[in-house]
Amino acid sequence: MKQFLEGSFAVAEGAKLCKPGVVSAYPITPQTHIVERLADFVATGSLNAQFVNVESEHSAATVVLGACAAGVRVFTATSSQGLIYMSEVLFNIAGMRFPVVMVCANRALSAPINIWNDQQDAVSLRDSGWVQVYAENNQEALDFVLQAYKLGENPKIMLPIIVNMDGFILTHGMETVDVPANELVDKFLPPYKAPYKLDVENPMSFGLLGDPTVYIETRYALHKTLEDCLSMIPQVGKEFEATFGRKGLDLVELYKVEDAKTVIVAMGSVCGTIKDYIDTQREEGKKIGLLRIVSYRPFPKEKVYEALKKIPKVLVLDKSISLGSEGPLYTEVKSVFANKKPKVSGFVAGLGGRDITIETIKDMVDISRKKEVRCEFLGLRPELLKEDFYVGI
Amino acid sequence: MFGPLIAKPASSRANKTGSWRSAKKPRYLHQNCIACGLCKLVCPESCIEGKEKNTYMPDYEYCKGCGLCAYICPKKDIEMVPEHEKGEKAK
Repeated sequence: MKQFLEGSFAVAEGAKLCKPGVVSAYPITPQTHIVERLADFVATGSLNAQFVNVESEHSAATVVLGACAAGVRVFTATSSQGLIYMSEVLFNIAGMRFPVVMVCANRALSAPINIWNDQQDAVSLRDSGWVQVYAENNQEALDFVLQAYKLGENPKIMLPIIVNMDGFILTHGMETVDVPANELVDKFLPPYKAPYKLDVENPMSFGLLGDPTVYIETRYALHKTLEDCLSMIPQVGKEFEATFGRKGLDLVELYKVEDAKTVIVAMGSVCGTIKDYIDTQREEGKKIGLLRIVSYRPFPKEKVYEALKKIPKVLVLDKSISLGSEGPLYTEVKSVFANKKPKVSGFVAGLGGRDITIETIKDMVDISRKKEVRCEFLGLRPELLKEDFYVGI
Repeated sequence: MFGPLIAKPASSRANKTGSWRSAKKPRYLHQNCIACGLCKLVCPESCIEGKEKNTYMPDYEYCKGCGLCAYICPKKDIEMVPEHEKGEKAK
């Protein structure tokens, strides 16, 4: 049924439809509305789950780890400092191969403290072994939650998944969202049957000492399974489309790329802004397109190569920065081509909620006409940058 | 693909961690033991067995030589000796 919902409520509806047995989370802006809504569902009886109140995100992650180890479908959500606080447990969840599903409302990291949107939080956890997908709009965020369980709980995959949605821009933005019917979701997503779990009848141990004789194999297996997701993600997307009649998950999205001379690469909600920019440019006959990275982990190198190999100029827009290096997405896109064509320029923008407007995209394209850049920050205010310590703002 | 992910419980028994012992090991003198059981209680490896007076002994395949048993013994009936010395009772 179509409803006019803010993004947080949309993903809460999505999580409810998947019938998790345990939900645990700690409030953090801009994620709080998601779990508030889920707590409402549990309190009013429309979701038959145990909502575990905890004292921190570290504990929230630990609760869902434990519940998932006991064979229960689980859900959690967090953001920014909360995600980073969880990070120790997140590496464990991936290492123990439990299909936890989490929504991350992407937000900047401190210091300075900043509650606004960028993607530094989740990008900083790219090496944790979690699958990471980035939604462009609220409908996708909801749909990705359903598909995340489908993907992660596949007995051949057994991986945790972060569904990323830009904080405020999506979590607090209102859009019309089609909330699917319960029966359809039940058909698409049968109850979770854990291939291994904590069971007194058949005791097993998880996450115990892996000394040098066994550790590297566990990491190799994790890596190979993430690579298997490169074929599983589009497959899950097709099953989704067959059931719900709208496009499902994919590794990338191509927007007017075929005849483009310039292609922008980006992730998340900013892709909507970029598409608008492209549409206006196309009216003026400028051949520009967008490659949207949907699956950041695993990173679809082949798809990126195929999409961009004949494009003369590529602009990569990062909403995060690997300090001391460059934008992380730029590094990866560039690595696909090594020293081959096309020329790949890297840009960093939108950190800590600085708006990425159509003007920003225009600046990016203008700069790329003049030179090939590696780590160009967009929209900086030079008056705030001084050689010596000063008390600003 | 899965690596060595899950194990049967108690698999740590197969790991003979006594080989980690690097400096000293406890020697149980079995002279003044009053069977208070404190050595057995404090052992972080739970590798000490015994019931009657002068019967308590560590399992050297797991004892890491931490010395807690010797420290806690109220009768000073356990001493820490270099690894190469005979570990069992002094007699």
